[in-house]
Amino acid sequence: MLETLFDADLVTAVLALVGLAAAFGALLGFAGERFRVEGNPVVEKIDALLPQTQCGQCGYPGCRPYAEAIGEGEDINKCPPGGETTIAALADLLGREVKPLDGEAEATPRVAFIREEECIGCTKCIQACPVDAILGTARRMHTVIADECTGCDLCLEPCPVDCIEMLPRDTGRDAAPLPPGPGHRPVLPTPAWRTALIASDRPSSSTEARHG
Amino acid sequence: MAERFDFPGGITPPTRKARATRSPLCTPPLPRRVILPLAQHAGAPAEPCVEVGQRVRTGERIARASGLISAALHASITGRVAAIEDHPLPTADGRRGPCIVIEGEGEDDWLTLPPLDWRQAAETTLLERLDASGVVGLGGAAFPTQVKARIRELHAIDTVIVNAAECEPYISADDLTLRHFAADVLEGARLMARLAGAERILVGIEDDKPEARQALEVAREATLAEAVPVEIRAIATRYPSGGERQLIKRLLGREVPSGGLPADVGTHCHNPGTLRAALAAIRDGVPLVERVVTLTGEALARPGNVVARLGTPMGELLGFAGLDTQALHRLVMGGPMMGEALGELACPVVKATNCLIAATRSELPDPPPEQPCIRCGACEEACPASLLPQQLYWFARGREHDKAERFHLFDCIECGACSYVCPSHIPLEQYYRAAKQTIRAQRREAARADHARHRFEFRQARLAREQAEKEARRAARKRAAAPATRPPAGSDAQSAAPAADLRGLRIAHSAARAAERKAEKALARAAESGEADPATLEDLETQLATARENRQAAEARLQAARDVEEKPS
Repeated sequence: MLETLFDADLVTAVLALVGLAAAFGALLGFAGERFRVEGNPVVEKIDALLPQTQCGQCGYPGCRPYAEAIGEGEDINKCPPGGETTIAALADLLGREVKPLDGEAEATPRVAFIREEECIGCTKCIQACPVDAILGTARRMHTVIADECTGCDLCLEPCPVDCIEMLPRDTGRDAAPLPPGPGHRPVLPTPAWRTALIASDRPSSSTEARHG
Repeated sequence: MAERFDFPGGITPPTRKARATRSPLCTPPLPRRVILPLAQHAGAPAEPCVEVGQRVRTGERIARASGLISAALHASITGRVAAIEDHPLPTADGRRGPCIVIEGEGEDDWLTLPPLDWRQAAETTLLERLDASGVVGLGGAAFPTQVKARIRELHAIDTVIVNAAECEPYISADDLTLRHFAADVLEGARLMARLAGAERILVGIEDDKPEARQALEVAREATLAEAVPVEIRAIATRYPSGGERQLIKRLLGREVPSGGLPADVGTHCHNPGTLRAALAAIRDGVPLVERVVTLTGEALARPGNVVARLGTPMGELLGFAGLDTQALHRLVMGGPMMGEALGELACPVVKATNCLIAATRSELPDPPPEQPCIRCGACEEACPASLLPQQLYWFARGREHDKAERFHLFDCIECGACSYVCPSHIPLEQYYRAAKQTIRAQRREAARADHARHRFEFRQARLAREQAEKEARRAARKRAAAPATRPPAGSDAQSAAPAADLRGLRIAHSAARAAERKAEKALARAAESGEADPATLEDLETQLATARENRQAAEARLQAARDVEEKPS
């Protein structure tokens, strides 16, 4: 029994394995040190899915901090500007359950608008804007660069004269709706001349319909 | 007829072209009032350069191109600018958009540019003239011709293709253009061949247009001495052989890659009407103010092709062709396959209006209700782009946009062949169009979000830099105020801590410098390639500014730490 234990073959095998383990351990240790990634790489991916309004409605100061928090286990349903689509995308990325939105969803994208005649030039909104989308200087009228505004609301609170309001953003061409599906006729525009024809049966409203 | 190359799929619907091709091209009376939409071309809308009340002459520029892809707009009649306001546009959704309205004087007072000789003039002069004349593709997409002609800067072109296939039913505008102006079209093709550096011209024409083909042959015989050879090739009538990709495949056997352009396979396709308009802009100095429009459909007493001024209200033009409003059931701009059903007769004729179909109920009946898909696969056999329409349909309905993209949704040319053959009457291409637009909107929003992120990062970097500089200044002031208090020499623990700190700051500083250089390089590369759009360049500039702020902040911190280091020693 003891002889087999001290068999030369066994010693060689054990030595070889120990040697391999040491070599790979060293290699892995070196690689871990040399190619260390600062920060969590998944945070980048989460950040890319967030709408970047920097509005802070999630309770974090900006989208990036919220992305970091999600990476550490925070709920994915705290982003009202992103809405259901963002939650679905995050759930997809992280393999978590889709949750209903915490807070009220925003119906349409919006931009801030400063009623310029009321502005007193206090620069408070400029300091609050997370994306430098407000132009102006002390005691001069301010204005919002609509193209850069993310619609985050952060400028509303600091304004001492309440001259800022949120307006719906022009999103360009509206997306064509999907057809209604099986069992329905595809939607075609109601021709104006046909309504005019029907309306012509009623003499009182015929001119109105033709021009309306 | 045996053809060497062919595209897959396709359909052969009844062409119904005979009614409009019986009479020759004619010119309706000048409209009293024209409505010219600012966005009647692909790209950014034009910017008005006239004021309300101003008198304009026919051919005078009333709106200039804005941005890289855009086209100028010209007055199509002589008169006064009555208004610049929103009017219904000729689109299926009945959208309204800004238009310039001109009240006419009843007479034409032309304002033309000096004629140019396209053989002699410099290429830049020719391109500038095309730009100034507002010439766009008249086949339907209305892409600015000047932008297309600049392709030489990026691609080598060997063949200019004249796309005279005109495969869609009803439309005969190109047919009539060729019958009347074949010589002009060929000369226009030679002009484009010169601009593109092509060595041959290939005319692809469907075999149901013998008169146009005859006219082309005559024009070709007359110019045999020209340097660039012209070849006229008749192809069997089949929809959609007038699609760029399908025509190139059929004529040359070359396949335009997915997501690519015809220029990627050395070809350039132009519609005959575009070529004629381009030649008129250069040879005669006449900007694009009129086009050939097919007026057809059973609700018209005198169907035919007319040379219509842009901006003419459609109702007026159709009235000229003898419209019976009682019988009119559906008004379609374009062909029955790809055209748009309009809801109003007051819409103006625009640069893309090649055909107006005033159809009766029996001619173009309302589409029957959509039935469930029975997975018969007929759509897949008809698809000229070798896609899987059925799969795309499921993905579009389920809003699985990423999967639809993986199945090459964007290679769909929306020809409608799949809907035509569908036994369940599913309006398939409407699903694809909706999916494409949703995806485009999502991309736009994603680009916006990216842009906002870069601006946010820049702001954070700027605030950090300001903070760092402020602290450095404060530390310097503090030291200046109390210079005498020196730490006792030889305290190792104290001097070691700043040293490690300094090393960290130095590393941070060189990392920031490297990031700045990287951002600089990225910006230079994008600017040099010339392909990046202004928004991308702006974003790269913001990123560079962010890197610069970071570097300055690191510098300030490092400098402050060095000062602390030097003082005690």
